[in-house]
Parts: sequence; structure tokens; C-alpha cells
Amino acid sequence: MYRYDEFDASFVSQRTEQFKDQVRRRLAGELAEDEFKPLRLMNGLYLQLHAYMLRVAIPYGTLNARQMRKLAYIARTYDKGYGHFTTRQNIQYHWPRLEDTPKILEELAEVEMHAIQTSGNCIRNVTADHFAGAAADEIADPRPYAEILRQWSSLHPEFSFLPRKFKIAITGAPHDRAAVQTHDIGLQLTRNDAGETGFVVFVGGGLGRTPMLARKVRDFLPEEDLLAYSEAILRVYNRYGRRDNKFKARIKILVHETGLEELKADIEQEFEKIRFGVLRLPEEEVHRIEAYFAPPPLEVGAATSAAVDRRRESDAAFAQFVAHNLNAHRVPGYTSVTLSLKPIGGVPGDASAEQMEAIADLAEKYGHDEIRISHEQNVILPHVKLDDLPALFDALVAADIAEGNAGLVTDIIACPGMDYCALATARSIPVAQRISERFGAAERQAEIGEMKIKISGCINACGHHHVGHIGILGLEKKGEEFYQLTLGGSANENASIGEIVGRGFSSDEVVDAVETLIDTYLGLRSGKEETFLEAYRRVGEDPFKEALYGAA
Amino acid sequence: MKVITANRLLSGEVVWLGDGGRWVERVTLARIFEGKEAVAEGLAQGMASKDRQEVVDVYELDVTVEGGVIVPVRLREKIRAAGPTIHPDLGKQAQAVTA
Repeated sequence: MYRYDEFDASFVSQRTEQFKDQVRRRLAGELAEDEFKPLRLMNGLYLQLHAYMLRVAIPYGTLNARQMRKLAYIARTYDKGYGHFTTRQNIQYHWPRLEDTPKILEELAEVEMHAIQTSGNCIRNVTADHFAGAAADEIADPRPYAEILRQWSSLHPEFSFLPRKFKIAITGAPHDRAAVQTHDIGLQLTRNDAGETGFVVFVGGGLGRTPMLARKVRDFLPEEDLLAYSEAILRVYNRYGRRDNKFKARIKILVHETGLEELKADIEQEFEKIRFGVLRLPEEEVHRIEAYFAPPPLEVGAATSAAVDRRRESDAAFAQFVAHNLNAHRVPGYTSVTLSLKPIGGVPGDASAEQMEAIADLAEKYGHDEIRISHEQNVILPHVKLDDLPALFDALVAADIAEGNAGLVTDIIACPGMDYCALATARSIPVAQRISERFGAAERQAEIGEMKIKISGCINACGHHHVGHIGILGLEKKGEEFYQLTLGGSANENASIGEIVGRGFSSDEVVDAVETLIDTYLGLRSGKEETFLEAYRRVGEDPFKEALYGAA
Repeated sequence: MKVITANRLLSGEVVWLGDGGRWVERVTLARIFEGKEAVAEGLAQGMASKDRQEVVDVYELDVTVEGGVIVPVRLREKIRAAGPTIHPDLGKQAQAVTA
């Protein structure tokens, strides 16, 4: 994977020194909170409900065992023994002390990690398909391009004070697992008729209080134009994006208010000015970066494993795990394994220091030292030999990360919600836990099949509720938590924004309401093969509405 | 009926303004301010402490007294006073009662 060069290393260590000095000046009273706040935010440090919160970047969700062990060490030494993996493939610590953060950043720098641009109105961590470099359906590994974008966008002087934050996602496969259409820029790797690599480019997606899917602005952007075109988009946004109203400042609003054609013309005009300049991406540079992401040596093996088949027959939990937590690998004999951070009744995305260390050990032992974090708040070992699955599973059981529920009803995305977040209007995690317990039985989950439930604790939509098959938005009404349900959202290549079905539900009612929706689906699906989302798209909201609220 | 709250600058710990302008780490030990003028005075004390780099994010919140114990009105403030509801082992709810 990508290794820091001398430039990166000195840049991160300078930044750490700079922040150390800023903290010193803050504590000495030389910087007031109003002056310090934007500085700490640019280093990923927030003030939340109970304490500070530090968000650490995991570029495109890729890390190795050494880095994971450092994350565990930080959790144990400076926090309360755990971390929370987020929908942006990052990790958050919920209890650090301000006075410890310079030391934490130093620790991170030792393993080539940092918290730069995990907050603030800048280009955030570029996210990518969590099966990148491994998936059988992949056109090319998107991470070299994500890395090129990271290098370009890190402390980009022109784009450090954008109207609002800016998120880029990239997928290398036609099946979009990176939710690119919900990002400010979404990139989908593709090949043209001549076999050249390029990108389908989407602009203006975003969730939050005004959810919008991105609009396609290019069917094929040549690889060499990636940076110049991205810069053109950012320039147009930086110039015309609204700064008068925080809630209307994202590029999605600019696309909406300006109109796609006019905005496209603006982008193309800017692009023409710079396309042959310094940002033109030389092929050699792409190859140089690609070399950092060279796949590990994987011997082609049999497409099936007798060891797996034997174990599956005798062990139902293993069979369930194998049925749901594997993703087809491009090399026969291998698979990508999802380690679920969604134990039944647990906190989505939380991992203890011990679990992080177990994951690091297993990545070294069975996974060529590669680990990924998914935006669905799980951990992936991308390159595992099929024959190693029984031994890996046993180790996962011991570490309590062996839930065979990836992509199922209990694999719920949930933001931290009002248990931690200063912005939240309701709790998310307890709702996720209760749903998980309600549907936790293996047979029930398997019967329901693919299901994405996503829960946000406020309209900022960190829990991606707009693109959940069932979305749950927690609000406050007359001092009580209540939950609004949306149906039919999706974040893949056939993305859609979920629709509100009707009045919201109290905290006591919401899990029953979800069960009503699921039972309704089970009753009307054309067969076991028809997923909840497919059924919803076929029949529309009426049967679900009727089940929830009675006949109109 | 209100109390004044903030977070300690160094640790981020949630605190409330107690008697004698001292910050306390339990809402039950907070000083209650009644009436606009008293609240304004409490906020001014909090802001002065903020200016001394002791705390950040000073604000007022509504409370009631139930059985002689101060209880925040809003759920958000109840959770802030206790700790995450999903982790009874963390936050103030997990600590021994001291100021």
C-alpha cells in the first residue's frame, strides 16, 4: 500500500508541531476559543456532548496491521479503550483530552496517519470501495486515484476555505459500493471503446437536510484529466457556491440553483483553461502510485475449498458467516472477508482495543497485512485464502467479531446520535440495538435477506438514512425523541433517495414499525429472491403505508 | 429554573457552575439560577471563567428539582449529565459521586 515519501512525512510532522504550538498558545491564553476552534477542527478535534472527539483519517479506508495496532494503543492509552469506525471510513475517539491530542497526533504520525482535513470546509478524506484491489468485478483499483486526489487536495491553498465541506468518493467497479452518487464528486472508473481508463464523473450529491443524488457531468473523463477536471469543479464551486447560508452552501445546492447545463459549461470552461497545465496527470506518475498499491502475491487456487465445505455442513454459524460475509475475489482461491462490527445488540462501528489488535494479528496471519474499513462501519480483510476461512472464523469467534450478518437486517449503519453528538436531536444507537435484538435470530435474518437499515440522529444525516432501504431519522418533538421512517433509499449504482411514508413514531413504537414494514415485505414479495428494495420499487409505498397507518 | 454549564478546556469534562463560582462535575451540585437577572449573572460568571481559559462552550439550561435533586429538563442535557445511555460503564454515571 501507499507509503509516505519524505515530503508526506515532513508535512505531517510539521503539522503536528504546529498544532502542538497552537494548543500551547490556547492553554496560555494567547489564542481565544473563537480563534482556536477553526484550528482544532482542521486537525479533526471537535467538542461533543461529553468530551472532545478526535476524528482520525483512514485514507480510502485502507490500513495495515501496524496502523491498526496504533489505533488500538491510542484507544487504550488516551481514550476509554475503544474507537468508533465511521461512515466516512475514519475512526473517532470519543473521550480524548485536549492536552493529550498533540501527543496522539505524534503517535499517529509514527505510523503515517493523521487527522488533517477530517473536519472543516475543505476536501475531506477521499473514500473508496472497501473491496478495492480485490473485488472480482473491479475494472481497476480505485485507490491509486484516491491517493492522487489526496495528495492534490491536502492543504490545497485554494481549497482550504471552501463555502462548505467537500467529499469525494471513487469506485473501481460497476457495482457501486462507495455510494459515489451521494458525494460532492463521485467517480466511477470505466474504460472506453479504445480500452483506455477514465471516469464517469458525478457532481452535487449529498445527504443532510437537503438530500440530492449527484448529476452526471461526464461519461468519460480521461485519466490524465482527473486532477485538472477536479480542480475545475472546485474552482467553480469555490467561486459561485453560497457563503451566505451554511445550509445552502454545499455544491449540491449550487448544481440545483444554477442548473446542470450552465454549471457543466462553467466547469468545462475552467477545465479548458488548465487542462494542459501542471495538473495533467502523467502516466508515469499514475504507474508510480499504482506500484504502492501492488497486490500481494496471491497463488491462484481452486474456486472452492473442501475445508470450507466440510465445516459448513457441521457448523451453522460458520455456514451463515460464509453465506453473507464473503465477497468474490478476483483471484480464484481467495475471498474478501467482512468482519462485522455489528454484533447482535451491539453498538454499530465500535471496536475495542483488544478487537483492533485481534484484527491486526489476523490481517498479518491470514490477510497479507491488509485491512479496510467500510463506509458501512465494518472491517474487511480483502485477501484471505478460502482454505484459511475455518481457522480465521475460529479466531473471529474468540474476538467476538464473527457475526455472519453482512448486508442483512442487523448490519445497521448508525451515527453516534445523542449518546455522543452535540448536534443530535435523538439517539440512534439504542434504536439500532433494539432492531438488532428483534431480528437477531440467524434464520430470521436469512429469511429477510438483503436489507440496509440506516439511522441518523439528526437531519445532518451522518447515518445515511436517506439512502437506507429503510431509513430512520431521529428528531425531537415536544421534548421527546421521535423517529421518521423513509423507504426505498439506495446508495448503489441505482441510487435513490428514500421517501417519507407518514407521521413519525415514538421511541417505543419505532422498532414495531420497522417490524411491520418487514413483515409487509415478507408477505408481498414475489419470492425469496426479491429483496426488500426490489419489492418496494415494484409495489410502491401504499401497502407499507397501509400496514403502518391503516387504510386511508 | 436554570443552571449554567460548560466543558473544561483541558479535559473536555462537562461541568456546571456551583456555589462560589466554582465549576462542579455533577449537575446535582450545581447552583440554581432563577429569574432573568440571576441567569444573566450566572452566565457572566461562566463567561469570565471562559475568558480565564478554564472552560469553553458556556450556556444555560432548564432544570427541575425532583425529590430535592436537580434534573435537567431536556433529554440531551440528561444524557450530558450522566453519560452515553448505551454505556452505563462510561461517563459520570460510572464515577463515584464527588464534586
